[in-house]
Amino acid sequence: MSLLEVTDLRVSFPTADGVVQAVRGVSFSVEPGRTLGIVGESGSGKTVLTQSLLGLTPGGQISGQAMFDGVNLVGLGTKEMQRIRGKEIAVIFQDPLTSLHPLYKVGWQISEMIRAHDKSVTKAQGIERATELLGRVGIPRPRERVNDYPHQFSGGMRQRAMIAMAISLSPKLIIADEPTTALDATVQAQILDLLLRLQQESDTALLMITHDLGVVADIADNVMVMYAGRAAEKASKRDIFYEPHHPYTKGLLESIPHSSAAGERLRPITGQPPSLINLPSGCAFHPRCAYVMDRCLGDQPNLIPVGDAGEHRSACYLPAAAIGLSEQVEELRKQAVEMGRSGASAKVAEAIAAAPESEGSVIA
Amino acid sequence: MTDSLAGNAVSDAPPDMSDDTLVRVDNLVKYFPVKGSGMIGRTVSHVQAVDGVSLTVKRGQTLGLVGETGCGKSTLARCIAGLIPATSGKVYFEGKDITNLPRGTMRPYRREIQMIFQDPYGSLNPRRRVGSIIGEPFAIHKTATGPQRKKAVQDLMERVGLNPEHYNRFPAEFSGGQRQRIGVARALALRPKLIICDEPVSALDVSIQAQVLNLLADLQDDFGLSYLFIAHDLEVVRHVSDAVTVMYLGRVAEFGPGDQVYDHARHPYSAALLSAAPAADPDAAAARQRIILTGDVPSPINPPSGCRFHPRCPKAQDRCGIDEPALESKAGDPITHLTACHFPVETGEVLARADRREQR
Amino acid sequence: MSVTELQFQAASVSDAPAVAVQGRSQWQLTWRRLRSDKVAVGSIIVIILMILFAICAPLIAHATGHPVDTAYPDTGEDASGLPVGPGVHGFFLGTDQIGRDLLVRIAYGARISLFVGLLTTALATIAGVTLGLVAGYFGGIVDAILARFFDAALAFPFIILALALASVFHPNLAIVIGVISFFSWAGISRIVRGQTLSLKEKEYIEAAKSLGAGSGRIMFLEILPNLLGPVLVLATLYIPTAVTFEATLSFLGIGIPEPAPSWGNILAEAQNFYNTSWWYVVFPALFLLVTTLAFNLLGDGIRDAIDPRTERLFAGSKNGRRKRGKGKGTGGLNLDQAIMVGEERDLTVDNPMPAGEG
Repeated sequence: MSLLEVTDLRVSFPTADGVVQAVRGVSFSVEPGRTLGIVGESGSGKTVLTQSLLGLTPGGQISGQAMFDGVNLVGLGTKEMQRIRGKEIAVIFQDPLTSLHPLYKVGWQISEMIRAHDKSVTKAQGIERATELLGRVGIPRPRERVNDYPHQFSGGMRQRAMIAMAISLSPKLIIADEPTTALDATVQAQILDLLLRLQQESDTALLMITHDLGVVADIADNVMVMYAGRAAEKASKRDIFYEPHHPYTKGLLESIPHSSAAGERLRPITGQPPSLINLPSGCAFHPRCAYVMDRCLGDQPNLIPVGDAGEHRSACYLPAAAIGLSEQVEELRKQAVEMGRSGASAKVAEAIAAAPESEGSVIA
Repeated sequence: MTDSLAGNAVSDAPPDMSDDTLVRVDNLVKYFPVKGSGMIGRTVSHVQAVDGVSLTVKRGQTLGLVGETGCGKSTLARCIAGLIPATSGKVYFEGKDITNLPRGTMRPYRREIQMIFQDPYGSLNPRRRVGSIIGEPFAIHKTATGPQRKKAVQDLMERVGLNPEHYNRFPAEFSGGQRQRIGVARALALRPKLIICDEPVSALDVSIQAQVLNLLADLQDDFGLSYLFIAHDLEVVRHVSDAVTVMYLGRVAEFGPGDQVYDHARHPYSAALLSAAPAADPDAAAARQRIILTGDVPSPINPPSGCRFHPRCPKAQDRCGIDEPALESKAGDPITHLTACHFPVETGEVLARADRREQR
Repeated sequence: MSVTELQFQAASVSDAPAVAVQGRSQWQLTWRRLRSDKVAVGSIIVIILMILFAICAPLIAHATGHPVDTAYPDTGEDASGLPVGPGVHGFFLGTDQIGRDLLVRIAYGARISLFVGLLTTALATIAGVTLGLVAGYFGGIVDAILARFFDAALAFPFIILALALASVFHPNLAIVIGVISFFSWAGISRIVRGQTLSLKEKEYIEAAKSLGAGSGRIMFLEILPNLLGPVLVLATLYIPTAVTFEATLSFLGIGIPEPAPSWGNILAEAQNFYNTSWWYVVFPALFLLVTTLAFNLLGDGIRDAIDPRTERLFAGSKNGRRKRGKGKGTGGLNLDQAIMVGEERDLTVDNPMPAGEG
């Protein structure tokens, strides 16, 4: 039984220039005690997705279902939402400098959070709990630090303080939105380590949003790759990294310097993410896809099972068996493309091939 | 005796006249005064941002500069570019001393040394058109005017992968990656010899990063550019650099050819940094033994005595808090690979603590 | 208007996003928003009418057949020597106490008021912006000295200065312009200095320095374009202050000397006749009110057009449109708010470039 089951979530923002379709029908689930990594770049909709779950998107029109422990988060009333936020679902944001109130002591902020959900806790008890929590997240001398202001903490410590606040009420699910992006690599390692440890201690589910594949490779169990407001691919961690199906996932993996030998040319994905007001027809990725076929310009592909086990899904018209990075699989893809490409998509393919950054990463 | 690549901190040798050294930095120091309160504040202490850094950049090559927040790499870059005056030490460009030159004398050097900045949104004036931004170097140095300048700008735009017809657009109409390209075009305008890249791809999406990195590599080949490449992403630095300098709290911890430093890191900090870098490979991530450092980076106002890394170093001993280690080659490394450490990591030594994670 | 008020307005304007979509520059966007703001458009129309009114003063004199300085004791005064009311004997707005046509005098007064208002604001803006830029950019001792000047100018008792000058040199137009300009520039300098201080830390300024740009270039080509928005708002809001100041000086008798008409000196005389000849007080005051109000509302409108984030108390059509969900069938956020929401939430609203343009 999933802890969080999201079905066909859609979020859009009406503007004077048109409707911005930030999230266009995303479904996923998070199991208790497990970690789902949502990977996407700018414009993928990953942040809007999670913010909309908690009612943090003013002006947005949300539809779909998000069942959390039997309650539908979409359209939930304010009071109910306030009860859930913090206690059942906690959020860690990217920049702790802006998400912690600069004018209140850290200990006070944590204590207030606890007391807002449990009126029986006194101020003194709240501070005591805050001190305990700061210690639990690895802040040295918590008794002193509990009386400090956020600006007196370093970046890493602030993020720890945010995590302390997040776990204070033992939530069932923690949503972490790029929690380590603003931190140095060594501090990032500490924070990820901490999150994993805490998760194992209290069996909390973790929804980790990031653009960094390295973070995902480290701590996720399952991964969902998002592009232009939809899920491109969903699979276990190993499948995503070693047997990717969707060309976008494949493109991401190949554009990382790690994958090329030092000094060799990198293989980027051509072009830019699309406008969320004027989306391309059919598959939103097709103007950048090395494997574009005629079908791709027509109907938007839905998530279909690919590969062996049932859990690996990809929104792509390439053959289901075409997973991974080996040469045989590449052959399989080429064959499918040859059969499926004529006229319209051939033009797109030409434009992609003609782009200056496409050298070495396209099949003609 | 002095290897041109070494840039040894101990050396008193005269400026290197070797042909392939483009920039030589000698014991550069930059302190920022911290003023006390009051209208005429006395200087109570200093932020020791850069505290004795020496390095060299060779012609046509890329020197990668890595380090975390507070290590001073950005300050160092700006001292080399002449944007901030150095407190002491020297910067030599093609053998000539360009340290703290007055503005007029520095001007011609500005054509040779250019910078690309991190923030694609902040590094371009939002109220100026792109053509005007890229054409600015021509205007300042009076090298091209009117239609000539426009043509030159459009050629540059094409060269970096932008549509020359967007000459009259504003930066806000471009994406992050494209704005970085504008910055590159601007830096390239006067055909400099050295481009200092201050985290040029950190603010970009992964798929765009690769585009910009390829562009920089192509330009290096075409124009024989040298880069001083500052980044915190170790994979990116490894990919672009010929030589790498690791900085910690204002000092050089390790310096050497790329594969030497990455595969045989001698300084415990370098080793920790490398082990902390996230790798997009689950098996490698699981198998990797991470050296988790305790605590945070200390403040550069009151840095630790002796070796600055000693309070967090898994190998530190008493000597480390007293003597500042010299930058020299250790443990049989080639003369090009230098480390500032009393107890460097031996080949095959593992510094990681036992992995606390259970496999699931 | 107090300096703090101005600072607040300037700050909110300069934070405005310079974002454009599909080839529109910031000024085009501003103009588009301004055009849709009914109050602002109304103000512009009123101002244009007022300017026309002032320009056509001689025509009005000709049409009514009453030159500005000519007194008409027979037709222009009633039996007891008091001014006649509007519509009597061809005097559209009535007369003053010696029988001069009030409409014609008000028209000529408009010339003075607008001329002084616009000229002094222009002078003050040029001086203020230049000094503010210099002070903010160079900082250090230059700033310290200039800031003291700004403080002194702001603290100065201007009316007393005007009084002193008027007593030595006799009241005249030059003194009025000089004093008002001198009064206004320091407020602008303070704001510009503040903006410059924050703008000079931006990375593109650093980039300009790294290219070898000199201080002059940086100040006027890099920083100034980013200041134009706040400066325009400030200037527009200063105009009514200048107009009122001129009226005040003339009212006190140390501004425009008789017989040249100024709304101020007309009012000065009018106060003696308020209980018998209401038109003598009401009409000049009305013109003064309408002019200053129009400029104030226009300034507000420009400020809102540049930065649509600031809340307006005056419910113009923009707020109405938002609430009623009218206007091109969209409710909810306007474009700029969406862009800001988008930027906070990682959305891309830019036009997609086809593959190959990189």
